Amino acid sequence: MADKALVRWGIAVVAIAVLAAVPLMVSAYTVSLFISMLAYISLATAWAFFSGRTRYISLATAAFVGIGTYTVAVLSDHLPLPVVLAIAPAVGFAIAFGIGLSTLRLSGVYFVIFTFGLAELIKQLVIWFEINQTKTLARYIFVNASGTLIYELLLATAVVVIAGVWWLSRAPLGYALRVIGEDEMVARHAGIDTTRVKVLVFAATSAVMSLVGAILSLRYTYVDPNIGFNSLVSFQVLIMALLGGIGRPWGPALGAIPLVLLFELLSGTFPHHFGIALGLCFVVIVYYLPGGVMGLVDRWREW
Amino acid sequence: MVLFEAVLSGVLVGGMYGLIALGLNLQYGIARMMNLAYGEALMGGAFTAFWFFTLWRIDPLASMLFSVPVAFVGNWLIYRYLLTPLVRRAANQDVLEADTILVTFGLLFVFQGLALVQWGGEYRGYTYLALPVNLLGATVAFNRLLAFAAAVALALILYWLLRATRLGTAMRAIAIDPVAAQLVAIDVPRLSALAFATGGAIMAVAGTLVSMFLSFNASIGIVYTLKALIVVIMGGVGRMLGCLMAGLLLGVAEALGAYLVDPGLTLAINFALFLLVLLVRPQGLFSRG
Repeated sequence: MADKALVRWGIAVVAIAVLAAVPLMVSAYTVSLFISMLAYISLATAWAFFSGRTRYISLATAAFVGIGTYTVAVLSDHLPLPVVLAIAPAVGFAIAFGIGLSTLRLSGVYFVIFTFGLAELIKQLVIWFEINQTKTLARYIFVNASGTLIYELLLATAVVVIAGVWWLSRAPLGYALRVIGEDEMVARHAGIDTTRVKVLVFAATSAVMSLVGAILSLRYTYVDPNIGFNSLVSFQVLIMALLGGIGRPWGPALGAIPLVLLFELLSGTFPHHFGIALGLCFVVIVYYLPGGVMGLVDRWREW
Repeated sequence: MVLFEAVLSGVLVGGMYGLIALGLNLQYGIARMMNLAYGEALMGGAFTAFWFFTLWRIDPLASMLFSVPVAFVGNWLIYRYLLTPLVRRAANQDVLEADTILVTFGLLFVFQGLALVQWGGEYRGYTYLALPVNLLGATVAFNRLLAFAAAVALALILYWLLRATRLGTAMRAIAIDPVAAQLVAIDVPRLSALAFATGGAIMAVAGTLVSMFLSFNASIGIVYTLKALIVVIMGGVGRMLGCLMAGLLLGVAEALGAYLVDPGLTLAINFALFLLVLLVRPQGLFSRG
């Protein structure tokens, strides 16, 4: 048994080392493709850890990514980059904490609508602020970050997020979340402080999203509210997690890789049909892959 | 005086909000399906009116002879062939709710995407009956007045149908308890489908009316879905008259917010109201108990 675990650790370490060396071996375009994959892997994994387990479907991903992006846009001229990258998730955490306290007692559909509206609401407030206070809609980001640096930062984030989710799903917190998803009443009777668990996990996963948004923003030289708070991101993350399967730590990452490639291909060749394809993905996955790819693997194993 | 004009324009738009909330109440309150592609029927109705009017000079009101049956049949098909299979499959209410939300979000993207490919993303509008009318000292465009009158009239007719006819009574019974309704020989699946389709048809009417005085584009559907949902939650799920009142309230609140604070914050006002009602009075403003 110990040997098997050791082999697994060995494989993980080698895989991470190989991935870390990727920017040295491939073209700049491939690096940028890998950057998107790593970003979406972190986003989908974080999303699934909260929404997949509690069944609170959140569409606020775009809001927290945008908060990260804007933290960089506002602060990067005044503070060194590592400090800014530490502040971004803290801002995301604080905002998500406040929102979680007030909205996580909403049930099902109301929570979905509220989180969807939240990204729109924050975007509108930023637009309003920029027009009335700074008198300009766009902001410039003057940070010298190479593609390789962004790649390594996102790789580190993805590794930490997946390892964290893997570890937490074996910890009491992971079980508490799962019980809340099965039946919140039962969870409360079992002595779980459901509100505290939900709010903390919502805030922590939102902090991850803000961090990813902050790192990704280093790619841009220019950002405006429509780029920063792009609500499609919420839907893309959701569909990636669903495709991979939300019950396993690895599922969302498995869903993110093919869909990043598909969306990249679509936006390159059929930019106008992007929405239609995204919509069809939703319908097809709900009807034919209810448990995601991992669910399919499980069923196949049971055979 | 300007304040009065703001309130008046709020009331006129509010009548429309009341109507679209009523349609959503038919879908969510009676057929028990949260349809997030609900607003796409409004978008379709608005574009139909626009193209009929600009291409062939057909009166927008007449265009409803085309758009309303299409919306009715389309929504019936969606309910029958896309949503009911999910009901049969779902292990419990939570799973069903999540599945319907995801599928109808998918439909939203498909319809919106088709409209974008066909007609582009720019805002459209046309001039129809834009005559100034003096109303209690304030000047209002006749098309707004007509749209308001039509929306309120349709809403009241629906309300009467639900209160006074046998079919309406059966529908209200389903809204209260679908299982018990089945026990007294009400054909629940058929009437639910009818309520769902009627909700979609109402949205096509609302789209035609909206297109007479507001500009619109391919992505406008979700905006009205959200507004309808906010009004339904304010008025109370399953409550028809409450929805009309709440619609007027939302219209006035938006207009006052735009006038007193900033027109850029209309959406913020929408969500503030939404959250406030959910946190303070989740059963709706106008329901007993």
